[in-house]
Amino acid sequence: MAVETRTGRTVKHHDNTYNVIGTTPIRHDGVEKVTGEALYGSDINLPGQFHGKVLRSPHAHARILSIDTSRAEALDGVHAVITGQDIPEPADKIISGGEGDGNLLKYKTENILARAKTHYHGHPVAAVAAISPHIAGQAVKLIDVTYEVLPAVLEVREAMAPDAPIIIEDLLTELDDQVISETPSNIAEKMVYETGDVDQGFEESDLIVDREFSFGVVHQGYIETHNATAHWLKDGNIHVWCSSQGAFSIRSELANILDHPITKIHVTPMEIGGGFGGKTTSYLEPLAALLSRKSGRPVKMNMDRDEVLKATGPTPGGYVRVKLGVTNAGIVKAGYAELAFDAGGFPGSVVGAGCKCVFAPYNMPNAKVVGYDVVVNKPKTHAYRAPGATHAEFASETVVDEICRELGLDPVEFRLQNSAKEGDWQLDEPPYARIGHIECVEAARDSDHWQTPLEQVPGKLRGRGIASGFWFNVGLTSSAIARLNSDGSVTLLEGSTDIGGTRTSVAMQFAETLGISVDDVFPIVADTDSVGQTDVTGGSRVTFATGIAAHDAANDMKQQIIAGLADLWEMSEDAITHRDGTFLTDGKSLTVREAALLLTDEEIFPVGRATVTPERVGGAFTTHIADVEVDGETGKVEILRYTAVQDAGVAIYPPYVEGQIQGGVVQGIGWALNEDYVYDDKGLLRNSSLLDYRMPTALDVPNIETIIVEVPNPGHPYGVRGVGEVPIVPPPAAVANAIHDATGLRLRDLPMSPARVQAALTSQNGDQT
Amino acid sequence: MRELTGGQTKVEVPGDTVREVVDALDVRFPGLHDRLIEDDRLRSGLAVFIDGANSRRRLRAKVEPESELYFIESLGGGLTPTLEFKKA
Repeated sequence: MAVETRTGRTVKHHDNTYNVIGTTPIRHDGVEKVTGEALYGSDINLPGQFHGKVLRSPHAHARILSIDTSRAEALDGVHAVITGQDIPEPADKIISGGEGDGNLLKYKTENILARAKTHYHGHPVAAVAAISPHIAGQAVKLIDVTYEVLPAVLEVREAMAPDAPIIIEDLLTELDDQVISETPSNIAEKMVYETGDVDQGFEESDLIVDREFSFGVVHQGYIETHNATAHWLKDGNIHVWCSSQGAFSIRSELANILDHPITKIHVTPMEIGGGFGGKTTSYLEPLAALLSRKSGRPVKMNMDRDEVLKATGPTPGGYVRVKLGVTNAGIVKAGYAELAFDAGGFPGSVVGAGCKCVFAPYNMPNAKVVGYDVVVNKPKTHAYRAPGATHAEFASETVVDEICRELGLDPVEFRLQNSAKEGDWQLDEPPYARIGHIECVEAARDSDHWQTPLEQVPGKLRGRGIASGFWFNVGLTSSAIARLNSDGSVTLLEGSTDIGGTRTSVAMQFAETLGISVDDVFPIVADTDSVGQTDVTGGSRVTFATGIAAHDAANDMKQQIIAGLADLWEMSEDAITHRDGTFLTDGKSLTVREAALLLTDEEIFPVGRATVTPERVGGAFTTHIADVEVDGETGKVEILRYTAVQDAGVAIYPPYVEGQIQGGVVQGIGWALNEDYVYDDKGLLRNSSLLDYRMPTALDVPNIETIIVEVPNPGHPYGVRGVGEVPIVPPPAAVANAIHDATGLRLRDLPMSPARVQAALTSQNGDQT
Repeated sequence: MRELTGGQTKVEVPGDTVREVVDALDVRFPGLHDRLIEDDRLRSGLAVFIDGANSRRRLRAKVEPESELYFIESLGGGLTPTLEFKKA
């Protein structure tokens, strides 16, 4: 049975045909989810469980002089109180969150629970376990903490100044693993990427545009808040149920933070209500485990929205400068960029990825990019959908638009002329393999949207913008285990948390390979004891990498079926072939279902398995078109029409791809127009609710039109590219370019809120024009 | 790393494995070995791409006569300037 939910169209650059891939079966988890039977983290309730609550810092930057927990411990119903001293002293080593970003364990641990200082408003200081959430909430208010309040610094350029308040007293700036600062600094790292001769490139340029951009902090805005339930058993085994993008990553982090054997930690991933990169690390899990050990009972913890916004990992605010040099004919000769991202209260922002993305859509013969990872008194930032790329490419794609205006060039032709393509050098990456940026720009050019002139209405400020985007995608490690059942169905165990429908997209690749119906594959997201190593659901990697694992597991199962049949039929395995789900030999032919009946009857039970770490991942490109109307009085920007064109390689389940594109675009529009952390002059977050932190709703955006481009990825057996992240990259630039088209204003600070737009409209000197 | 190579980003050196290539690089550019390798492993946060593939075997990986190798930081980190070289 299939459903038809496509709203867009596909432009194929291949002739491949498939039986399962590209179809739209009913998703395996659909009924559970729409009937409310699916189990999320908060649905876990264990016998005798206690409830945990966190005491958080009321200050942005403060030294902890003392913590007195005696009044809380004396409260009836309280069974455990922990502070930073209850976490093992961390070793000075690096741990990975699973997306390649290393964090020093001591910083990770101090972010879980403060030791000597609090680094941001909402930083955890202590935690309590009690018989009810209400008593736990009462108890945290009885913990007496004496603080020495310190001056806070929240903006990256202020934090980089020599006289800025130092947040981490022993932090020195490093470049290429070498210490380059003589005194403590808030700049944790400086990074430099360079190719060609930038000075020469600018000398050869006829036009050089050099602009600065700034960004506020933006949260992923997942609907389900963080939660964790932990049970530390008497024999030292720890069981954890949580809402995470990676059970294996949580297990690894717990082993490091708690200094506990990894084999004694068992993490069960629950269904997840969104993550977008923000749930690739632990916050409550170590606290629940420690409270469980101390209280002797399972402990359940849930964050409320205020805690999520204050104290989990949003994407950085920061600063970007982009300088581009081109000839009068519109040929890019050189690019220079500086990126300074706020890491939050501890080092480790996504600025490195931003540096590599800033010029990625273009063949850039001469480029230099300098990045700074800067500690500020805000929550430790974390990944958010194409981390770092949206900031970087907002700047570069806005400068590209300005160049096109200045030289009178068609922005589509400019992109086609300068586009990165197979074999072109990437900044600090190997040359591109087959990529689809040109095909995306062409499909955008040929789209109904681009071909239909924007209707102008007297008295209305309307404009159109276009922008491209790039994101690397990642591979990492994935596993799959497939059991052939006696009825011919397959139980498929995988370790990837299913956020965007990946159970089905992975199962479809298994079904395609084995030649069976996807309705006969029963995918299960397994716990850390039941499937091989699987890294986080992040980096747009699951349909790609776990899909390869499923493909390889299907081939493994296929070979085992052939071996079993050869044994039964007393013939060589070479005499049996497999085609379109049928096993063939002279005079005999069996479907997978028939083979399963035959083999299991003879007590032969094939189990296909695979663990893969793909070596050729394949980046994703996208091109977006935005039409806007700007209210000349209020500065409010309305999106009139939006089209997103994206290279998906090969779309396994096209409606899922469209859903990812549409979701990414809406988040990007929110980033462009509304979303921002608002801090007061003391560094306290003042909009930690979804009423005041304004994300777009269905009423704020039109239908996002999609065009899927298929340029198969040579690094995947079916040509898949990750699709989940890159659609968030172009919206701020596309919208900014449309606002310029409508008003003549060049807005370079996000969000382009009504207040900012209105101020720019009424600006007398017109610096931003 | 450019300060160790005199500003060169592309060099040719011999070697049948990545480890041998790094050893050859260090002979020509003293200090590069320690910049790339720690405790006989590729430094944390670094990856080696061989002919476009992110090698899982890293130092143990075989290198063909015309292979192009890139030592780059793993995605998400961010410290290492580019060093590209070609096996002689």
